[in-house]
Amino acid sequence: MADAPRTLFEKIWSRHRVMEREDGQTLLYVGRHLLHDGGATAFDVLRKRGLKPRAPDRIFATPDHYVSTSSRTVAEIEDPRHREMVEKLARNTAEHGIREFGLGDPNQGIVHVMGPETGLSQPGLLLVCGDSHTSTHGALGALAFGIGSTEVAHVLANQTLWQRKPKTMRITVDGRLGPQVTGKDVILAIIAQIGAAGATGHVIEYAGSAIRGLSMEGRLTLCNMSIEAGGRAGMVAPDETTFEYLRGRLYAPKGAEWDQAVSRWRALPSDPGAVFDTEVLVDGNAIQPMVTWGNSPEDALPIGSSIPDPEAAPDTERRGQMERMLAYMGLAPGTPLTDIPVDRVFIGSCTNSRIEDLRAAAAVAKGRKVAAGVTAWVVPGSEPVKRQAEAEGLHHVFTAAGFDWRQPGCSMCLGTNGDIARPGERVASTSNRNFMGRQGPGARTHLLSPAMAAAAAVTGRFADVRALMEA
Amino acid sequence: MEAFRRLEAVAVPLPQPNIDTDRIIPARFLSRPREVDHGQFLFHDARLSPDGTSDPDFPLNRPEWRPARIVVAGRNFACGSSRESAVWALFDAGFRCAIAPSFGDIFRNNGTKNGLLPVVLPAEAVESIIAQLEAAPGARLAVDLPLQTVTAPDGTVHPFEIDPFAKHCLLQGLDDFGLTATYEDEIAAFERRYGRENTL
Ligand code: SF4
Repeated sequence: MADAPRTLFEKIWSRHRVMEREDGQTLLYVGRHLLHDGGATAFDVLRKRGLKPRAPDRIFATPDHYVSTSSRTVAEIEDPRHREMVEKLARNTAEHGIREFGLGDPNQGIVHVMGPETGLSQPGLLLVCGDSHTSTHGALGALAFGIGSTEVAHVLANQTLWQRKPKTMRITVDGRLGPQVTGKDVILAIIAQIGAAGATGHVIEYAGSAIRGLSMEGRLTLCNMSIEAGGRAGMVAPDETTFEYLRGRLYAPKGAEWDQAVSRWRALPSDPGAVFDTEVLVDGNAIQPMVTWGNSPEDALPIGSSIPDPEAAPDTERRGQMERMLAYMGLAPGTPLTDIPVDRVFIGSCTNSRIEDLRAAAAVAKGRKVAAGVTAWVVPGSEPVKRQAEAEGLHHVFTAAGFDWRQPGCSMCLGTNGDIARPGERVASTSNRNFMGRQGPGARTHLLSPAMAAAAAVTGRFADVRALMEA
Repeated sequence: MEAFRRLEAVAVPLPQPNIDTDRIIPARFLSRPREVDHGQFLFHDARLSPDGTSDPDFPLNRPEWRPARIVVAGRNFACGSSRESAVWALFDAGFRCAIAPSFGDIFRNNGTKNGLLPVVLPAEAVESIIAQLEAAPGARLAVDLPLQTVTAPDGTVHPFEIDPFAKHCLLQGLDDFGLTATYEDEIAAFERRYGRENTL
């Protein structure tokens, strides 16, 4: 009898199932476990229990949250607490024989940039990391999700994790994306449509012609922000784009093993007729360059829009919420987005710090100047991204325009390393969260794509990058 | 892990939707080890007025709600970052239960692994409970895990669903490390099967 059609998710799930209890709890085997410098407590838990990592060769680490973006020397990290986090990761990984791409290593970077870039993230794998944006790695056709630190300790000790099977959601984006419409705009448009809790309890598979047309960088951005829609994970079926991206990377299979792997990966995409618990349709033709105005990623609008009026809210709860957000953001209803001046621009984070992102931003910055009074940073996602950008001369484009060209790390996305905005400062940011205080107490974050961020930098306010690039 | 069976306690309403874990504990406190009292960081910045002084209107600053051990929140509570310190901050401040129409998935997992019971109730039930708590600040709720019920101040009993495994662990105060150890043979067999594939 023919097997029932299965989704990409189900194939990976069942391949990693060690056993399932009667109550539905499933013990899953973790193919790859990534660590960063924010996860020291998991090692404390191990130590307290007298446990050791079960499969150190499946674990890879890199510091990103606490590294300085002005130096590559651990000793030069000013805040002793931050320095200690970076040192702890080095100590813990050395003690347990875990490969670490430490500060100064040619592969160091934001963990969600490093994984795909080194070929550690692969189709069909179950990958976890103690960080919610682990959904990023699903862009390669992996099942990848974030876990808490107790779960990290459990995975370290047992290489397994207890989970209950999530629901599945397919988001189909058909059509063709217009000029300057990127993976970032697609995911912001999706979250604006389904809401910040729209995919709670679900693993998302992105499908449709607009998704297949995205580069790997675009897919990584898309999957990265699945968590901002509430999704447990996000994934894109592996295809030629995936294989071309992976071929030749440090940890990608080589020779005959590569061919075997590719033929295995070709069987992964969801079977025709596979059923999803929820289906969502998005018109790719209609997506515009997006900017957020509030404190949830769902508060995103096309650049041609104006700040919405709480008076027009559908209910009192939403009205109150909008009023609080507008007060925090210092915005008045009816203001066109393009009239809003920015103080800072941050191009970076695991969402948008890859080479294609920097190329897009540099294309806008080229021959232009950062507007007076604006501080603009470019923080490449990893050492390889930085090297590639410098080989292409992008750093000269940025510095000539007045951008600060910095060292790889999470930086202003979260500010745990001290890179924060001042209270009241308005930041055009390519990162993933516009939460109150995310980029520092009182900081006002607007999310957008790298090209749109560069456009904001050179015009001093939010601008339609399409108009800028046609002019 | 501390076990959870029944709790009757003051409940504080936080009616806004999408209260994220950055709000519950700002990022600059994440480098503290677990031994540190994380209760002092709970809603650290949200408790302040724009001028930096304590905001008397923030629910957790009001005397009637200081003894609260249950939080009742709007939809998508504790979304965003996976930081387990969001649970520690609530736990160390005395909270043992959070009630909302929906939660961030990772927070929900983190809660059940740290003795903090996440309860999902229908939006109308949460709205009704919040209205009662706001009308009578300091009112109490009763949460019964064995019976899977929340009793509102007006006596209404709201049943809730919970994963049987999470319920078992919370009732016994067990974490899953011990359980996993009992499946050592299965894990070893799986590793042989999974074999060289995806091994580096
Ligand atoms: S760049 Fe931001 S979202 Fe990504 S891992 Fe770092 S802190 Fe988290």
